[in-house]
Amino acid sequence: MQQIVNFIIRNKTFLLFLLLFVISLVLTIQSHSYHQSKFVHSANFLSGGIYKSANNISQYFSLKRQNEILSEENSRLNTLIYNGEDSISAFVLDSSKFGIPYEFTAAKVIKNSYSLSNNILLIDKGKRDSLAQDFGVINSKGIIGIIDNVSKKYATVISVLNSSISISAKLKKTNHFGSLAWDSKSHEFIQLIDIPKIAPVEIGDTIVTSGRSTIFPRGIQIGVVNDFKLDAAENYYNINIKLFNDMTNIEHVYVIKNIDAEEIDNLLNGINE
Amino acid sequence: MNSIVSINGVRFLVLVLVQILILNHINFLGYINPYLYILFVILYPIKNNRTLFIFLSFLIGLTIDLFSDSGGVHAAACVTIAYIRPVVLKFCFGMIYEHQAVKFSNVEFGAKTMYIAILTLIHHLILFSLEIFNLSKIILTLQKTLFSSVFTILLCVLITIIFSKNSK
Repeated sequence: MQQIVNFIIRNKTFLLFLLLFVISLVLTIQSHSYHQSKFVHSANFLSGGIYKSANNISQYFSLKRQNEILSEENSRLNTLIYNGEDSISAFVLDSSKFGIPYEFTAAKVIKNSYSLSNNILLIDKGKRDSLAQDFGVINSKGIIGIIDNVSKKYATVISVLNSSISISAKLKKTNHFGSLAWDSKSHEFIQLIDIPKIAPVEIGDTIVTSGRSTIFPRGIQIGVVNDFKLDAAENYYNINIKLFNDMTNIEHVYVIKNIDAEEIDNLLNGINE
Repeated sequence: MNSIVSINGVRFLVLVLVQILILNHINFLGYINPYLYILFVILYPIKNNRTLFIFLSFLIGLTIDLFSDSGGVHAAACVTIAYIRPVVLKFCFGMIYEHQAVKFSNVEFGAKTMYIAILTLIHHLILFSLEIFNLSKIILTLQKTLFSSVFTILLCVLITIIFSKNSK
């Protein structure tokens, strides 16, 4: 016993180093798996507050550009209203036809990142505004990400530029679907994998969300096909998509709540059991 | 003693704030960011309580992680450079360090730059390996390490020159 105590005292620096290193490794590994970063995230009182006050100042610098984006969106929505039902965007039609299954909450991005390999955004709405994990986040040009951690006033969003993201997407002109992934190389491009070889992919095709998950409604824009090639087994396409969104310049976003999500999830879990 | 505590306390806060509010948003050429906050670990007094030093380094890393949603990558990198710092000090300053007489304000410029460079390179290598966490992207890891290190080293050396008290 004496020897063990002596050993610990003698090597206390090394043991402390080891302990702290293992703790940080565990946190790192947690952060690399989807929805696992429970303890260290920026949706808390301290970092949320600091980012919010910093954003209160920095938002003025992009005011002009953000105004342009909002007025572009307004004009697009006006076009939708006055042109009746031949619309480009299916989710607007959905909400008017089927008793509004989706609720939208406007929020503001107060911290954006796009240069890491796992990018996370912070928005200024939280539990207080009835947000929860797994709500989708979009803006006027397309998808942004999925809500991860929620605190009282803030929420973190897993950006599409995150290597752990996986969103179901499809070709707009047909119904061939695959899942989105990011190779962490460029903030302008994301990848769509598992599109079957039989699908008629062409450069310039639009990619939209497939609506197969409960997170995003069907038909939200993602981007256009930039280039594509077959994977190693030559059964599926790997498609490089150029995002409609400029992920470096995001301010106003909408959080989508699917009112039926719980019911659908319960149903699916019931089948699995 | 008290002044050391207050200087390091202020340095901790200022470096964290500068890092999260300014430097994390530079994104030079798309992805190059300097990580100036390791100056806290680099400039921490030589005569110290090692346990406390390692713990404080962990804390500054974890604070940066908290703000940048990166899990524990900064904490791991900081703890490592704090633990191996004595070895690097010995390598760079040799005899002066043996006599416990190193003061960062009056050591040779070359030795100091070398000391900063070694710690920065190790820190960034661990940081980016853990952040990317994928052996097949080792080229990307090394590339990020190299470019960010150059930026960080330049900035660290500049800051230490600007804020040194007794310029010759």
